[in-house]
Amino acid sequence: MIGGYVAAYFLSNPNEVEVAPALLAELKTYNIYDTQHLLPKEIFSWDGLLSLRGFLLLVAGGFLVGFGTRYAGGCTSGHAIMGLSNLQWPSLIATICFMIGGFVMANLILPIIMKL
Amino acid sequence: MKNFSETRIADFEVEINEASESNSRTKHSWLYNIKYLIVGVLFGIVFVKAEIISWFRIQEMFRFQSFHMYGVIGSAVFVGMISIWVIKKFNIKTIRGETITFQSKKFNKGQVFGGLLFGLGWAMTGACPGPLFAQIGTGALVVIVVLICAVAGTWVYGYLREKLPH
Repeated sequence: MIGGYVAAYFLSNPNEVEVAPALLAELKTYNIYDTQHLLPKEIFSWDGLLSLRGFLLLVAGGFLVGFGTRYAGGCTSGHAIMGLSNLQWPSLIATICFMIGGFVMANLILPIIMKL
Repeated sequence: MKNFSETRIADFEVEINEASESNSRTKHSWLYNIKYLIVGVLFGIVFVKAEIISWFRIQEMFRFQSFHMYGVIGSAVFVGMISIWVIKKFNIKTIRGETITFQSKKFNKGQVFGGLLFGLGWAMTGACPGPLFAQIGTGALVVIVVLICAVAGTWVYGYLREKLPH
């Protein structure tokens, strides 16, 4: 938290976040225009939390992150970075599953949630 | 802090070397703990500056729209490999002279089911557990809700652990 604060308030980049044009175009169809910060305010704000899609993303998403991390026995740094560096094949399986979960969410489920 | 005697019952999670843990637990001066603070703050700054806590970068990664995250994670793995090789080769010790041991991970089905669930959550929130804290630090206070839900998720896992396939 301190690191995030220091980076955001003392080392920050005043420019907008550069976002891939294809993603920007897709986000526009969901009424997401804010690229000022690392997180779009249409979802990551108290107002966003009160919308159905924002509530789903933040609450259900947060729950899945916590539940999945413990169930898998590690997160991105534990499995993908540390586990792969140490050539642990269970970590490779976990990392592949992280990516499959992400692909399914980003490409198949998220478009439905974003239109709620 | 984790309760080690409790998690040992049916531990599918990463084991922590008990011997070194009890060794390093002997004295806890603030000076001793400050190294965690320094590394943590640096980690947070890197998270923000590398934009890996950005929801946009995560969405791009899962849509193959940018190389950014693959580059960051790939170079982290590369540096990690070299670090582990150097630590093993020269038998490097911790600051307090403890030997560093690497434990092999054992496969269980949790890595598949948990991994898939985590992946879903990752694409929704744009954050894995560490970046949640950094996101809050950047001023996105609503992420506190995400963090609370993530902690709730770890509790529910603990509650259901015996019933879940591993």
